[in-house]
Amino acid sequence: MPIDRALRALAVTGSVACLLAAAPAGAQQPAPGGAPAAVPAAQPPPAPGSALYGRPDAPGAMRLAPIAPPPIPTPADKLPVAKLKAPAGFKVEVFAAGVANARSIRIGDKGTVFVGARLIDKVHAIREKDGKREVKVIASGLHRPNGLALHKGALYIAELSKVSRIDAVEDNLDNPPKPTLVNDQFPKDEPHGWKFIAIGPDDKLYVPVGANANINDPDPNHYAHIRRMNLDGSGMEILVRGVRNTVGFDWHPTTKELYFTDNGRDWLSEDVPEDELNRVTAAGKKHFGYPYCHQGNFRDPEFGWGHSCADYEPPVALLGAHTAALGMRFYTGAMFPAEYRNAIFIARRGSWNRTEKLGGDIVVAKLNPDGSVKSIEPFLTGFLENNNYVARPVDVEVMKDGSLLVSDDFNGAVYRVSYGG
Amino acid sequence: MAAERGRPGASPRPACLSKPFLKIVATGALLCGAALPSHSGSLQERLAPCLACHGESGRSETPEVPSLGGQPPSFLLIQLYVFRERQRIAEPMNELTKDLTDDDLRSFSDELAKLPAPVAAGPADPARMAMGAALSARHRCGFCHSPDFSGQNQIPRIAVQREDYLVKALREYSTQERRGYDPSMVEIARQLSEADILDLAYYLANWR
Repeated sequence: MPIDRALRALAVTGSVACLLAAAPAGAQQPAPGGAPAAVPAAQPPPAPGSALYGRPDAPGAMRLAPIAPPPIPTPADKLPVAKLKAPAGFKVEVFAAGVANARSIRIGDKGTVFVGARLIDKVHAIREKDGKREVKVIASGLHRPNGLALHKGALYIAELSKVSRIDAVEDNLDNPPKPTLVNDQFPKDEPHGWKFIAIGPDDKLYVPVGANANINDPDPNHYAHIRRMNLDGSGMEILVRGVRNTVGFDWHPTTKELYFTDNGRDWLSEDVPEDELNRVTAAGKKHFGYPYCHQGNFRDPEFGWGHSCADYEPPVALLGAHTAALGMRFYTGAMFPAEYRNAIFIARRGSWNRTEKLGGDIVVAKLNPDGSVKSIEPFLTGFLENNNYVARPVDVEVMKDGSLLVSDDFNGAVYRVSYGG
Repeated sequence: MAAERGRPGASPRPACLSKPFLKIVATGALLCGAALPSHSGSLQERLAPCLACHGESGRSETPEVPSLGGQPPSFLLIQLYVFRERQRIAEPMNELTKDLTDDDLRSFSDELAKLPAPVAAGPADPARMAMGAALSARHRCGFCHSPDFSGQNQIPRIAVQREDYLVKALREYSTQERRGYDPSMVEIARQLSEADILDLAYYLANWR
């Protein structure tokens, strides 16, 4: 490491600057000669591929850290539902409080709402019982049970490195059995290890495996792709590659094409790259760029050399830098006005790796007849107030009556957006 | 074994975790607020057993038991929660927290957060401090833990934490034995060598 670079790194790194100012050479003696002493010990910056690569030493960046939600839900009367704003004619209400770390939402044939979690070990069910809405834990002791899917009465639960299943779950809500294993052949890495899952129109279970770092070039047969497998866990195959971390996908109701969100890398800059909305087509490329090309037109400063963005499938829409575009569903209900039919609602949980926070809303992507994106518009806003989150949306799901449920992992709540009435 | 190098305080079991103490704990006479049929007693009385191990002045004198002084309340709440829910296994904490209510967790964490932060005392080896400073700069510990390592929100204070506890925590994160509430620390710690862990722990424990 060139010594001037080491000195610069030391000079702008606050912690080290503090140390050099305060650390004694011996006992409590100030150490005027401390600074040079540290230089020979300075080590090179993170190696290429390190999760730490690209973290700037600028003072502004040093204030940015991930924001973890509290584990205990906000009481119903303290939920910020009055701050959430939808277009005229829509109403927002609390559907359920006390759903700790509410993440992925799925709705059973009999109306039970299932909610996964990332930071706690439980899956919750919300049901109507004796005329009252009840929230109860139906599975616990799980490791990051973020992903849920339902098929013919069976609830599929995706933990960090495995998928399991509870059959006839809605018939056994009072005393649900332990989940039985479907497939545990997934990497055990914590970074981007939590999963969103869904069952496709082909009756296969789609399971993503994220890149196991902020930015790296991992073995493409193990990481950074979307897989699918049969519902019994057999026949696992990689469907598309170059996917950094998707936490939401759904199929177009008529074309049956898969659309998915993908989160862009951190620490590159405040504004680049943006999160993506992608579309898998029969004719399109099956590699979506990570880690070589971000947002369809920006080559990674470390891994992009020698690669061309033209070799990778570009996104159909950009969703903002660091916005954490997560859960998404096509709107197939009848309650909302016709302009929302077959549009995509996308939850943007909101940024942390950005000085002025961005996202913290539900946007709606309206499509052209050919499946391309016509517009991205705000739909439900107010999660972000004075650069602080009052709530953070993670997933959306369409209820049978056409209303839209929204999960909030910061407050441990589910909201319901309805139209008219 | 290299893993033991520089690891202070090799005493097998802290006095406050001695069998007699745990027996007392189990009978509920001297309890960290847990498992009592009725939660009688003032908050201070209920916290007394916590402080017996973690230190009444915010500084732990117990091997491998962390100091709690100056910790952010959000961090303390999360740890009490994951102990109660057995998402983090570390006896006797799982036992001691198992019957705490959500309100207990909040009041305990708010009260414990008032303990004064430990201050480094005694000499520190400048060469090792320089090694640790470089490692901290390289791995950007101060990005999340604050430049003075005092922590913020759910992120703990690591300044002047017990050295043996820092070693233990970093080792557990590096092997994913401790997976964390949020996975951030695993991502960082698995890039640390054993020597890095020892140097970082020394630096942070003696930070001033």
